[in-house]
This record gives sequence, C-alpha cells and structure tokens, in this order.
Amino acid sequence: MNKEWLAGFIKYPQQLLEEELHTSMNKIKLGLTCVLTLMSMTAQLITADVAAQSPNSSSAKPVDPSVTGEEVAVVTQAPNVPLPLKRSHPTKVRVTLEVIEVMKRLSDGVDYVFWTFGGDVPGSFIRIREGDQVEFHLNNHQNNKMPHNIDLHAVTGPGGGAASSFTAPGHSSQFSFTALKAGLYVYHCATAPVGMHIGNGMYGMILVEPKEGLPPVDKEYYVMQGEFYTAGKFGEEGLQIFDMNKAVDERPSYVVFNGAVNSLVGERALTAKVGETVRLFVGNGGPNLVSSFHVIGEIFDTVYQEGGMIPSQHNVQTTLIPSGGAAIVEFKVEVPGTYVLVDHSIFRAFNKGALGMLKVEGEPNLLAYSGKEVDAVYLGRQAGTGSSSEKKVEELRAARKEEIQSNPKIASLTKEIQMEKGKGVFMQTCFVCHQPNGEGIPSQIPPLAKSDALMSDKVGSIRGVLQGRSGEIVVNGKKYNGIMTPLNYLSDDDIANVLTYVRNSFGNSGDAVNANEVRVIRAEAPAPPSASSQFE
Amino acid sequence: MKSEQTKITGWLVVALVLLGGVICPSAQTVTPLSPTGMALIPQGIYTPPFRKVSATNQIPVEEFYLDICPITNENFLEFVRANPKWRRSQVNHAAADELYLKHWSGDLQFDIKIKNAPVTFVSYYAAKAYAQWRDKRLPTVAEWEYAATSSPTRADGKNDAAFQKQILAWYSSPSPETLPDVGSNRANIFGVQDLHGLVWEWTGDFYKALGMAEAVCGAGAKDAKDRGDYPAFMRFGFRSTLQMDYTVHNLGFRCAKNLSKVAN
Repeated sequence: MNKEWLAGFIKYPQQLLEEELHTSMNKIKLGLTCVLTLMSMTAQLITADVAAQSPNSSSAKPVDPSVTGEEVAVVTQAPNVPLPLKRSHPTKVRVTLEVIEVMKRLSDGVDYVFWTFGGDVPGSFIRIREGDQVEFHLNNHQNNKMPHNIDLHAVTGPGGGAASSFTAPGHSSQFSFTALKAGLYVYHCATAPVGMHIGNGMYGMILVEPKEGLPPVDKEYYVMQGEFYTAGKFGEEGLQIFDMNKAVDERPSYVVFNGAVNSLVGERALTAKVGETVRLFVGNGGPNLVSSFHVIGEIFDTVYQEGGMIPSQHNVQTTLIPSGGAAIVEFKVEVPGTYVLVDHSIFRAFNKGALGMLKVEGEPNLLAYSGKEVDAVYLGRQAGTGSSSEKKVEELRAARKEEIQSNPKIASLTKEIQMEKGKGVFMQTCFVCHQPNGEGIPSQIPPLAKSDALMSDKVGSIRGVLQGRSGEIVVNGKKYNGIMTPLNYLSDDDIANVLTYVRNSFGNSGDAVNANEVRVIRAEAPAPPSASSQFE
Repeated sequence: MKSEQTKITGWLVVALVLLGGVICPSAQTVTPLSPTGMALIPQGIYTPPFRKVSATNQIPVEEFYLDICPITNENFLEFVRANPKWRRSQVNHAAADELYLKHWSGDLQFDIKIKNAPVTFVSYYAAKAYAQWRDKRLPTVAEWEYAATSSPTRADGKNDAAFQKQILAWYSSPSPETLPDVGSNRANIFGVQDLHGLVWEWTGDFYKALGMAEAVCGAGAKDAKDRGDYPAFMRFGFRSTLQMDYTVHNLGFRCAKNLSKVAN
C-alpha cells in the first residue's frame, strides 16, 4: 500500500515538471516547491508519522532578536476597534481567524449567505504593531462549502499569504509574517473567483500601528463599505443569491457599511460626546466601487489618505477610498445631533444603503442658520403611471388588501407589519431632515412628532410625499417655509408604510395608510406649488 | 482461476448491493451493456478553464462508464465490512485523517436516515481502495469535468444560463447538517445525477491541482476564459486545497470504469 502512495507522489512532480518546463520560470519554481513539499511528505510517510504533523510545516523560522514575548491578538467585530497597543517593542502575535459561511440579514426582510472572516461582515479588526512577528492561523469551518484563503495587504510577499493559507473546509492553515510597514490595511479572501468571495463579504482590516503609536483620541470606530450583487433588486424580500452577471457588470443592488443596510443606524449608531475627537478606520472591501466617504455636517480635521501613516490632509469634506483600500479620518465633534455617514456617490446612500449615523450628545450649541430665501420652486411632474398590466396587478393587490382589511384581526397585524417596514423607509429616506426622533429642526424642518398638521390631513400628507411641497406652513403653532422634494420614486407600498409608521410613532396615533390610497393620489395631476395642501 | 472467482463474487456483491435498496434511480436508458448503476459517457473533448500558453486547450476523453450517483454510506458500509482495515478504528491515519467517517456512530454503524446519503469524510486513498474493490477506478479530472459540463438538456451546459445559475447557487450556500440522499438532482444529458448540487467529489488525478494554489488564487483567475468557467474554477480551487489523506464533510466520490473491461 505504501509503495502505491509513493508512486502517486513521485509520478506527480515528474509529470508536472514535464508539463511546465516550457512555460515560465515562475511556474518551474512553483513545481520545485511542490517537489520539495512532496519529498518531505514522502519522508513523513516513510516514518509513518504523518497524522501528528502538518504536511506543510517547514523548518525553523528566523526570528528578529528585538521580538520579545508572545501574545494572542485581540480582534473585534465592527464597529468596535481593539484598544491601542501599549507595547514599546515588537512581539510574537498569534492571530486566529475563522472563516464561516452564514446566512444573515442584508436588509429588513432580506437574507443573504455571507462568507465571513469571523462570522460578520466586515471581518474581525486586527490590531498589531510595526515589527510584530505574526503567526497567522486561518480556520475554515467544517460546515463550509468552499475552500478559502486570506490575502493581507499588510503582508509583504507574493499573494499576501493567499497561497500559504489556501484551506479546505474543516481544515486549518498557518503562516507567519513580519509586519514590516505601519498602516491601515485591507485583508480579503483571494480564492477564485476572487470577486465572488469578496462580493460575499470576505474582507476586513488589519491596523499595523507605527512604533510610536497613533495620537490618542476619544473614540475609535471601524467602518467598512462593500457592495452586494443580489439576484433581486434592492429591498426585494427573501433569501437573495449572488448574481455573477451583475457583479461583472458592476451593478450592485446594495452598497452598505458594515455588511447590512442600517447596520449603523438607530440603536446601532456610532456615538460620541460634544468635544470628543472621533477616529474612524474606514475601509472599502469593494469588490468594485470606489467610495466617496463623507460625513454630513462634519469636516475631517485630519485624513490619513489611503490608510498611510502620514496625516496627509486637513479640513477634508470627502475622501476617496479605493476598493481594497482604506483611510483614517479624525474629527472633533462640536455640535450635538446626528451626523450621517454616506458614500457621497449619493444614490448609493439613499437608494442602496450606504448610510450610517454618528449620534453626538452634549450641551446644545446654537447654530447660526442663514435661512433659505426661496419664493417659488418648480417641483417637476411626477413620474407617469405604469403600464396597463402593472395597473391590473396593482388593482388586484388592492383588492386583496381590501379583503384582508375587512378582517379586523388581520388588519391590525397588517398595520404592525407596515410600521416595521415603514420604519426602514423612514431610516433610509426621511430621518435626514425630520430627524430620527421625528422632531425636525427648529425653524427649518417641521416636526412630525405630535404634529397637528400631519395628523389632521392624511390625504395631504400622502400628496406631500408624492408631489413634494413648499410655501408657508404652520405646525403646532410655528411657521415653517421650507421645501420638501417629491419622493415619488418610492413605491405605493413604501409610502403607505412610512406614513403608517409616522402616523403611529413619535407620540402620534392614527390609522394605517394603505397603498390604494397612495395609488389614487399618485394618479391625480400635481397640484401647483402655491396651492399645496397643508402637510407636516 | 482464483482471481476470476473473486471477481465474480465481487460482482455478485455489487449486484446485490445495488439491488438491495433504491439507492439511486437508474438512468432513463443506458446502453444495455452498461454495468448496473453506471451511465455511458460518450467520447468527447474536455476544455479546461485555463488558458495555457503552449499546452493544448483540448483534452480528448475516451468513452467510459461513470456511476450515475455518488457512493452512499450504505455502499461504503459494504466496503468496510469486507475490508476491516478500512474501518474507522483500524484505518491507518497516514491514509485518512482523524476525521475519517466522523459522521458514523461506529465502525459499522450510522444513523439509518443517512444510508442513501453520499458517503463523505473519506480520503482519496479510501475512495481509491473502494473503487478497486469494485473493480472500478476513480474518474480523472478531465472525465469528471467533461461529464459535469452537460446540463439536463445540453451537452455543453456552459451556455445554459439556468443551469449555471443553479450551480452557482449551490456553491453559494453552506452545506446542510444532513446531506440529502443521492439521486435527488435531475439527471444530465448523459443520465448522470448529482454531479452538481450535492457534494464535492474526489477524482483520480486531483493531485495535479496540488501546487496550483497560485493559479487559482488572486491573479490566477485572469486565466478564466468566460463566466461559464467559474464553477469549474471553484472546483479546481477546491481540489488544490486537498491532500490525499484529507476527509471533508462535503467531499464524496463516485467510480468510473473503462469500456473494454465491461466487454470482457
């Protein structure tokens, strides 16, 4: 039996060499590596001591004499970042990441099978120090379907560790590297088809702190952008599968921060206090798009462009983050409120999910607003109604809804579902102006919370969302004179849901809005701006 | 004479095992000469998903027989019964890692529910020994890939969008805790089932993919010729992570056989 195995082993490199000799030197080198590996394996077979040893283990590694001690790296899930390192010397660091293929939420009602480093997208944040000798272990969970590996941009060497960490399901690989250069680096899976592995969420970041450390700040967070190419369009419910054609054509359905729509919104928002300095480690896993990273209402005091270690620019509004790249941004928060993180390629933010929040608490700080001076606004015509078959479908849906609503028990459940869905729409679209708590902005944006105008005119509120509005309006005794742009790109269902949510949140209590009511108003001609009904 | 007898006995065992239960629905029509449970794969050309500078892109495949379904736990039980050295407690761990037949409850026991599920947690050596015991062999990469290119309706499934989508969907989802029975996927045009959508499968010369890590990692993917090659690329990737003693929860095998052997 043994002989036969040996024959198998020995036959292989010969064949390989014969096949590859006439190709490139590089491949010959590869072949020779294989020969060596296989020879060592053969030796192990002879000593019949294979089980205890890893076939890939090599001879003793050279060690940098300044490397002292050993530790296990602390890794964190986004948006958390491990604490700054206090060491003043390099050490041997053991880093272990587990690859897990797992079904999780991509958006409300939308599931996706993510391929992850550590169970979440983005993968665990690794923090080490310049000069550290890293012993890296990649475990591929035994229930996974695919082989995986890791290419760390912090590694200097061919493939960034990819070939050395190529691992079958239920197996584990180990390789070592020295963190030669400080910086904020992306890591990702580099198994073919690479785009699919990255597109399914296989990316994360490793920070190699410079010897002197980074300047101290009050808060550090981990934010990473990435796109998802699902067979269904944005928001289409159910389990969505990866769409290779959309990925190749670079047409994502989702562009998100930290692996899901609303992963940094509401209770999951980042937080800080007035006067604190916030540092964001921002990465972009891609696989395709470049991010125009911006925080609405903030100016980055300092940007470490492209994740390098020189504070390269001050007073930056928007910084580019390449796919497979990173940036460090720092800013002191001066004014309490909600700051919105976006990819300023802005349709991605409001239509594909690239939106997060930083909530800043503290003493109110009165802002000087110039106040808008607008007399008339041309709001444009709303989009035309759909085809006759769409109308028919819509009619049938409406009929179904009426049927359902005739049963009070189902109707109340329907309202709860509508509110849940409507909350998602609100947090995607409305909160930027009306604020997450519906309070609006004094003298600028009227409140939705306990709003007399909103609750007294249901039809007007539907019309306002569909057609927009402008001109003076009195809400809870206070005058406002702003503009609301038409949101007619939202579906009838979305509008019905968000209005149901608004009419039953922030201290309001009212009946549900159904899509049929929205449809009726969508069909009417847009009212001239001056004759807008009372709304908000 | 003696070996002839052994062979016949072996065949009887095969026949009994195959008749013993509805292990795998038989192919619609296989040539009358096909051994039970196998389908005839006509000769053809296999084109690997790599562009090689000088080597030919076309590998001729002679006609051969391929098991219609992967080997099941029940099939494999017969094998370990007849070959005690391949029992879990007796196996040489140079030939199968410590996870060998991990999903069985003992040397000769497993949950009855999985008897028709594909056997997994078997090493290359174990699969090869099984095939030899059946007087068969493992298919080559070229044979396997050639057979797997065909969809239920076309010999060249690369251009069958629905088929490709289905394959990618399978690759995108983690394996279930309990694998489904063999024979649950629609037969391809050759009458072979489960080449996609059930388990990865060992091939006789997979080790040619060893050392190809760089070819299937990162920049290696530049050699993929078209989008239809991606599933094949993933299989090459998977194979190149394997060692001969590895056992994996979703890696099984099926056997092949040369035509001439049947004629005898």
